[in-house]
Amino acid sequence: MSGGAQTQAIRTGRLVRVFIYCFLLVAVLFYMLPLAIMLVNSVKPLAEITGGNMVSLPQVWTIDPWLDAWSRAQIGVEATGLRPYFINSIVMVVPAVIILTLIGAVNGYVLTKWQFRGAKILFGLLLFSCFIPFQMVLIPMARVLGILGLSGTVYGLILVHVTYGIGFSTLFFRNYYASFPTELIRAAQMDGAGFFQILYRILMPSSGPIIVVCVIWQFTNIWNDFLFGASFASGSAAPMTVALNNLVQSSTGVKEYNVHFAGAIMAAFPTLLVYIVAGRYFVRGLMAGSVKG
Amino acid sequence: MSFLNIQNVTKSFGTVDVLKRVDIAIEEGEFLVLVGPSGCGKSTLLNIIAGLEHQTSGDIDINGRNVNAVHPAQRNIAMVFQSYALYPNMTVRGNITFGLEMNGVPKAKREEAVADVAKLLQIEPLLDRKPSALSGGQRQRVAMGRALVRNPAVFLFDEPLSNLDAKLRVDMRTEIKRLHNNLGTTIVYVTHDQIEALTLSTRIAVMYGGVVQQLGTPREIYDQPENLFVATFMGSPAMNIVDVEIENDGGKAVVPLTSKDGTVTRLSLPQDFLLPWVGRRVKMGIRPEAITDENGVESRAQLVGRMENEVELAEPTGADTFVSTAINGQGVTARMSAEVNLSPGQRMNFALNMDKALFFDAETENLIKG
Repeated sequence: MSGGAQTQAIRTGRLVRVFIYCFLLVAVLFYMLPLAIMLVNSVKPLAEITGGNMVSLPQVWTIDPWLDAWSRAQIGVEATGLRPYFINSIVMVVPAVIILTLIGAVNGYVLTKWQFRGAKILFGLLLFSCFIPFQMVLIPMARVLGILGLSGTVYGLILVHVTYGIGFSTLFFRNYYASFPTELIRAAQMDGAGFFQILYRILMPSSGPIIVVCVIWQFTNIWNDFLFGASFASGSAAPMTVALNNLVQSSTGVKEYNVHFAGAIMAAFPTLLVYIVAGRYFVRGLMAGSVKG
Repeated sequence: MSFLNIQNVTKSFGTVDVLKRVDIAIEEGEFLVLVGPSGCGKSTLLNIIAGLEHQTSGDIDINGRNVNAVHPAQRNIAMVFQSYALYPNMTVRGNITFGLEMNGVPKAKREEAVADVAKLLQIEPLLDRKPSALSGGQRQRVAMGRALVRNPAVFLFDEPLSNLDAKLRVDMRTEIKRLHNNLGTTIVYVTHDQIEALTLSTRIAVMYGGVVQQLGTPREIYDQPENLFVATFMGSPAMNIVDVEIENDGGKAVVPLTSKDGTVTRLSLPQDFLLPWVGRRVKMGIRPEAITDENGVESRAQLVGRMENEVELAEPTGADTFVSTAINGQGVTARMSAEVNLSPGQRMNFALNMDKALFFDAETENLIKG
């Protein structure tokens, strides 16, 4: 009797599981299909696409669209391809992310372990900066960049992104360090370690998960940003996102869909790479930070 | 000039006074235990000695040098933390040498120092492990090693045994005592465990409410507690406290004690200085081991009072049996040998070693002295 009920339970469990897996499979297809279409069409000659054959595999395989997108396509005035803009984005995003991670670590360290009068209010204000809409700062930021002589340059963009990212970086590190035992800091102090030695030797080596969170978050945000890029760095200083838009929106000639697809994949590639390499630490780091704070 | 001199130290957080005028002075090589219930300010005092917190006023001198404005690292002290505070990213070796490295000791010297300490604490096989791969007792040893390697003038211990299980705690207690005997370094040790305080210390400071209630040797603290708080805090089971009224029986002080059935027995007191207290409210304190059956009376006891009373409860603990009864309507515990065979409700003769009885002013709660 009870044995029968148990078998019944297992059978239902199996049925439910089959349903769950089917659902997951459909979900995966749903999310992967756009990428698959992009990939397939980026290795097709344009004629095949305009011929109405978007979903099937290419009859003639070609990497020309990729080469075009990378180095030959007309973007703006010159036929440089996306390459210089890809480099712009790298030159912008790498220093910005490094600076933001370091600032976040120092801020989090000070706000939790070197508490001073007004630390809570300061942290509140920093948090508030996370929620200021981008559009609100465009004009003041343009003024500031003008005064500093950084308008229209990649360095200006770095400054903009660092300024905007401090709130989130600080939030990540503060919450992570809040649960870091203060006795360790005190032990290091008694061992004669100074302010930065404690940060580099004691805190940073234990901050792996939250560094990953900070890097993924800031890298994705800065790489994908379009508004700041379009507003503050036109022409040859434009980042990848703006260049991709210019490639796709160009009003001259025929729309080279295969080139557009290749360019879009290129633009998405670095963030994908960051997720694939560091993604498994991402959730872990988020959880670690949220335990206490 | 004492080796460690704490003078007039106060500490306030806003309007809260955590320490109200603390004065402690100990000599080189002493083992000072700061003991008291949670929130009595003992850890704050330790942190102030360490320099991790700053006193609101007062002075700390170590070895004749005022260290008020000296950074923790330059005070020539080392601290063992309650959570051990081992650096999780470094090996045991790294943990032990970190302080030396920060102070610019060359690598060869550091290696030598680690080897010495590891041998002393028997942690040689653990040197290349990370703290996460150590047991509680091993972590405790490493934490002590990290303090030892710096060869400081004063060791500070902040409740170092409270995270260990009962058996290991006793082992480590013995080991700390042995270490102190061998090295002879000055130690300041914080605990809330009065047994740790009594076993380890050469001097105890009993703290309560931000005030040192009494500073003395373990014997003094146990036998001559200055006030009711010290009397009841130190010792397990706690000292029995009974409200009494002293009477004058022809020029001799006597104390009438009422047993459970209302019979009054008058016991003589050795202390004539109690005569002025006749007719005033007084509390008598008597430790459980001073109340026994006839066989348990100490041979050195000079003045033994006997009273018949009813046994409420007998709790055998292996080595002793704790017997509960009531005197003057207040619960009293007696410590008898394990052999006594008593059942609740039974009547028996209790022998009170009145040499050991202490009397406290019921108003000030201070010990009445001759």
